[in-house]
Amino acid sequence: MSFNRVSAIVLRQYYLLRGSPARVLPLFIWVMIDIVLWGFMTRYLAGVTPSGLKLLPALLGAVVMWDFFIRIMQGVTMPFFEDVWSRNFLNFFASPLTVADYLAGLVLVSILTSAIGVVVMFLLAGVVFGLSFAVYGFMFFPFILCLFLFGISFGIFACAIMLRFGPAAEWLIWPIPAMIAPFVGVFYPLKVLPAWMQSVGALLPPSYIFEGMRTILSGGVIAPADLFKGGLLTLVYLAAACALFFRTYRHALRTGLIARYSAENLG
Amino acid sequence: MDEVLSVAQLGKSYGTTRAVDSISFRVHPREIVGLLGPNGAGKTTTINMLLGVLEPDSGSIEVDGISLSEGRSRSMSRTNFAATYAPLPGNLTVVENLRVFGLLYGVGDLSGTIDRLVEQFDLKAFCNTKCGALSSGEQARAALAKAMLNSPRLLLLDEPTASLDPAVAREIRIIIRSFAAAGTGGVLWTSHNMYEVTDVCDRVLFMSHGKILLEGNPRTLPAVHGKDSLEDLFVAVAREPLSLREGGA
Repeated sequence: MSFNRVSAIVLRQYYLLRGSPARVLPLFIWVMIDIVLWGFMTRYLAGVTPSGLKLLPALLGAVVMWDFFIRIMQGVTMPFFEDVWSRNFLNFFASPLTVADYLAGLVLVSILTSAIGVVVMFLLAGVVFGLSFAVYGFMFFPFILCLFLFGISFGIFACAIMLRFGPAAEWLIWPIPAMIAPFVGVFYPLKVLPAWMQSVGALLPPSYIFEGMRTILSGGVIAPADLFKGGLLTLVYLAAACALFFRTYRHALRTGLIARYSAENLG
Repeated sequence: MDEVLSVAQLGKSYGTTRAVDSISFRVHPREIVGLLGPNGAGKTTTINMLLGVLEPDSGSIEVDGISLSEGRSRSMSRTNFAATYAPLPGNLTVVENLRVFGLLYGVGDLSGTIDRLVEQFDLKAFCNTKCGALSSGEQARAALAKAMLNSPRLLLLDEPTASLDPAVAREIRIIIRSFAAAGTGGVLWTSHNMYEVTDVCDRVLFMSHGKILLEGNPRTLPAVHGKDSLEDLFVAVAREPLSLREGGA
């Protein structure tokens, strides 16, 4: 991996963001809307439900954590989309750039762009609605790390899908977080789901995070086995996503898809 | 090791179609080699394999003595290309694009190199213009500036003057000729403009149905095959490749 080549990917995104409010605003505007909407919803619900339920961290905290995952995932996919939209694959992949350089660049861009949204989100939730993540104690850090890696995994997975099926597959990518959300129990315990949905949820690392958050809020202790399972699954997803991208890239090299990407499918 | 490019028994099939059929050729330093042939002859497939964006089924490619399959990154750092179908991203300015690609190609003294190329390709007035807002000729010059960033040993040009007016096309040809004459790089050039090829290329390779049928000096090759001009020879290759092979060079 080359520092210069990874920097090139980051620099390109910096240039794109620098001159484009249309690219900068979405980095924080949607999370702001989410926080405001769920913040007031939580306030209202807190007023009409019995006390004892820690609604603020349970609902607004969950929204913040889920938005964090979405931002990280989109932080990886957006720079990839930029290359799709500007038909830049041939220029990039006919250079010394390696797949590892490219993925590292996408991840670095995700970290930098997501940081903007995350800071805005945490500030708004904390200052306006009084949400404090201190309630989760030290466990907040493994939760965040797990969601970060899961977001990276799904970002890379989404890029592999786009690379394989062409520009039209973009419309398969945007709904991914919404499709996962019901299975991972962002707002409710997994036990309220039918058995088959629980089984799917058990295979998704965020399930363990959101269950863990609720366990802490109800005064319980997270089972180390669950934490381990969540962490292990996250690493499996990350490895599988990278392997899928490499495999898809090899397929694109064999079929000539990179050179004729707009054709979408060459066999 | 004299060659900047050495291709041996290169082959590629798409399903049952043999796009490139065991071709071998070399490009030497300071040489401009024309890769010619009718549409579908296998030129762009060959170029794509040389650019490392298409995996050959068989054969080998060496750039400056480095195997593309074993040292892709090192090999590509000695190569660069310009093609009308691969313009620089239109949403970055000329200088931004040159900076990004300069980093990708590991160019030393990037600012100095960009200043020199901007001067050389008469792009000073467009430094801060988005590439998508440039005219075809200006885009072609910007793409060539990018292609020269790393002073490549192998410069691949896929129809670099297609869709350009004759004045700009002539300008581009002069630049390419001076690149080949001044440095240690070699050029592989595809074009459908036979007058341009005659003017620029030291040697041509005629491809048809994935094979190299003819090879030689573009100024003497037509006469060897009983044709008046390179264009006549091109038409013959396109229409009657078998008779030409039998009549052979």
